[in-house]
Amino acid sequence: MKKRDLILIFALVFIAVISYFVFTFGKNDKGDVAVLIIDGVESEKFSLSEDIEYTIKNGDNYNVLKIHDGYADVIEADCPDKHCVNQKKINKNGEKIICLPHKVIIEIRSNDDNNIDTVAN
Amino acid sequence: MKSSEKTAYYGIFAGLAIIMGWVEMMIPIPIPVPGVKLGLANVIVVMAMYYFGNKTALGISIIRIIISGLLFSGFSGFLYSMAGAILSFTVMVIAKNIFKFNIYSVSILGGICHNIGQIVVASLVVKTNLSIYMPILIISGIITGALIGIIAKNCLNHIKR
Repeated sequence: MKKRDLILIFALVFIAVISYFVFTFGKNDKGDVAVLIIDGVESEKFSLSEDIEYTIKNGDNYNVLKIHDGYADVIEADCPDKHCVNQKKINKNGEKIICLPHKVIIEIRSNDDNNIDTVAN
Repeated sequence: MKSSEKTAYYGIFAGLAIIMGWVEMMIPIPIPVPGVKLGLANVIVVMAMYYFGNKTALGISIIRIIISGLLFSGFSGFLYSMAGAILSFTVMVIAKNIFKFNIYSVSILGGICHNIGQIVVASLVVKTNLSIYMPILIISGIITGALIGIIAKNCLNHIKR
């Protein structure tokens, strides 16, 4: 191991840690709504306080979104990689569940954010 | 090396890279984040880079992506791998030839850039900013890249004899 390689690896780990703090900053608050985004378009909003099971249909594909105990979770899908099903349930601001093959995203937001958005719009 | 020998070696390497990609699909990854990958095929690309040179490694990498795209992953998988591979290959060549980093660092940078390339394409596909995954992609890139560097280095020690 040469010195420059060690420096590089430390720098990379440092960048990773810094980026972790940057990207998670202010995102530890619980969100209020789960926003469903299909192909970049917001299509639906679900309050996290109501338990619900909803089948997201996008063409022939489906993902089943379940909201329970204040968490949003994808419990079933017919996508090939099943990443969306394996991802943990989410309830914090900015957290996302993504199904790439179906271009489906479920994102947690708080009601405050929406107010800011409306003002900005 | 004679040109017929070269052809045979390139074929073996390309074949190995394709098999590695296939083996990787059998291994479940505990982190369900789009873009996180073991990158086993990169072992072969890194080895080719040090054993034959950059041009050959690039050729092997592209052949692997096209064939495994045709065989397994389909067009969207092809796009993701292509973006990841081109970005990681460019960065690896720069790290190796200009900055003279060792094989481990080259492979770590390759791993990180592979993940970043994939998440950039993913962001474009779903038209949403996925940069929230950046930290986890960098960290997983460092870990898998280091592993791949160690494997490639050990294999190279054996085939050089």
